[in-house]
Amino acid sequence: MLSEYWPVIIFLAISVGLGTALLVIGGLLGPSKPSVEKSSPYECGFEPFADARMKFDVRFYLVAILFIVFDLEIAFFIPWAVVMEDVGLTAFAAVVIFTLELAIGLAYLWKKGALEWE
Amino acid sequence: MDMILEFAWLLIRIVLFTFLPLILLVAYYTYAERRVLGAMQSRIGPNRVGPIGLFQPFADVIKLLLKEIILPANANRFLFFIAPVLAIGPAFAVWAVVPMGEGMVWANLDAGVIYILAVGSIGVYGIILAGWASNSKYALLGAMRAAAQMVSYEIALGFSLVGVLVLAGSLNLSAIVHAQAGGMADWYWLPLLPLFIIFIISGLAETNRAPFDVAEGESEIVAGFHVEYSGATFAVFFLAEYANMILIAALTAIFFFGGWLSPFEGWTFLGDSWLREPSIFWMLGKLAFFMFNFLWFRATFPRYRYDQIMRLGWKVFIPICMVWVLVAAVMVFTGLVVRGA
Repeated sequence: MLSEYWPVIIFLAISVGLGTALLVIGGLLGPSKPSVEKSSPYECGFEPFADARMKFDVRFYLVAILFIVFDLEIAFFIPWAVVMEDVGLTAFAAVVIFTLELAIGLAYLWKKGALEWE
Repeated sequence: MDMILEFAWLLIRIVLFTFLPLILLVAYYTYAERRVLGAMQSRIGPNRVGPIGLFQPFADVIKLLLKEIILPANANRFLFFIAPVLAIGPAFAVWAVVPMGEGMVWANLDAGVIYILAVGSIGVYGIILAGWASNSKYALLGAMRAAAQMVSYEIALGFSLVGVLVLAGSLNLSAIVHAQAGGMADWYWLPLLPLFIIFIISGLAETNRAPFDVAEGESEIVAGFHVEYSGATFAVFFLAEYANMILIAALTAIFFFGGWLSPFEGWTFLGDSWLREPSIFWMLGKLAFFMFNFLWFRATFPRYRYDQIMRLGWKVFIPICMVWVLVAAVMVFTGLVVRGA
């Protein structure tokens, strides 16, 4: 049963190996002549000022939190979708209620302006 | 000893039959993109290296590998180099469960869709680490934009797959293809038309392709998260992006267009012709069609604004998905679509 997963392990190993190998080949073949100008971060020709790890908009953080919530909801839908016919109409009613709750949550976010990007 | 030999043989076959063709396909996809865009914009495109420019991808690869890898000042060395590997790893690893024809799959997992969603979403780490580790303002901004956009559309992407699962009743990709047997009208693009459209558009946004390429909108933040990457490190990101596009095209074909099934299955007047038989050529044809779509969209649509992108994902796609998953369930309960057959 678990032997089905051997190719998956091999795929993961080759994929990571491919990326690493390309980087190593590039490092070996390419020249390496670092200089102050070359290694300074690109800022359209300006001297870089201040650290680049600056404050960023809190909405990115909000999107990350909302993503976790909604992605989890999808994880709840998947098992139901697979066994839907075996669990019948009772489970379907439960899923409808669940979807309604999800919709209320989305409507609340919408109203609060959590989804606004102006 | 036998086991080691068997293992090595499996490894060689995987490299020969999946990785080499895939890398060649990526290489020629970049060439095709430049030729197709050229033709659509009344230009010629690359035509100098080899006959009609056919060796162009090799010239590009050799050039990129010979260039210097620049490590920006104050960058985090470890994360800077691990980021491209994290981007390319998932883009290729997902192919383990993608069937190209009847039985032509390395790992016929019963949890295939879960594996795709799980491994596929690791790619966003590569992007956000690249932006943060570079210690450059453009890179950080591009990474934040790309990450927020990708996670937003991952919800729509995953939700539209729930609709497919409702009709197919299995997480196994081959079983999902079998469930669509019967001909063009039995493929899931028809009963799940809204989800099909959402899947295609979310696929564009997920791979940061035009018209959703604000993450690397050249006119705004230069190249976005990989602005500080040069030479081989850039090549790896490039490879990952195109591998992801091919993957999305293959998944669209499998989930909504019947994979390797023939569109003319039910057309008895064709006789016993190969046109009615399922074969890998149908899969490759559909793959080519959806891959071409990516290029066509890029030549056709102007770039979306970032607030429009986020609005489309959250306020349009997610509500439609929620409704249509229930509609799909009603279709099954009323017998409109026979489940898993």
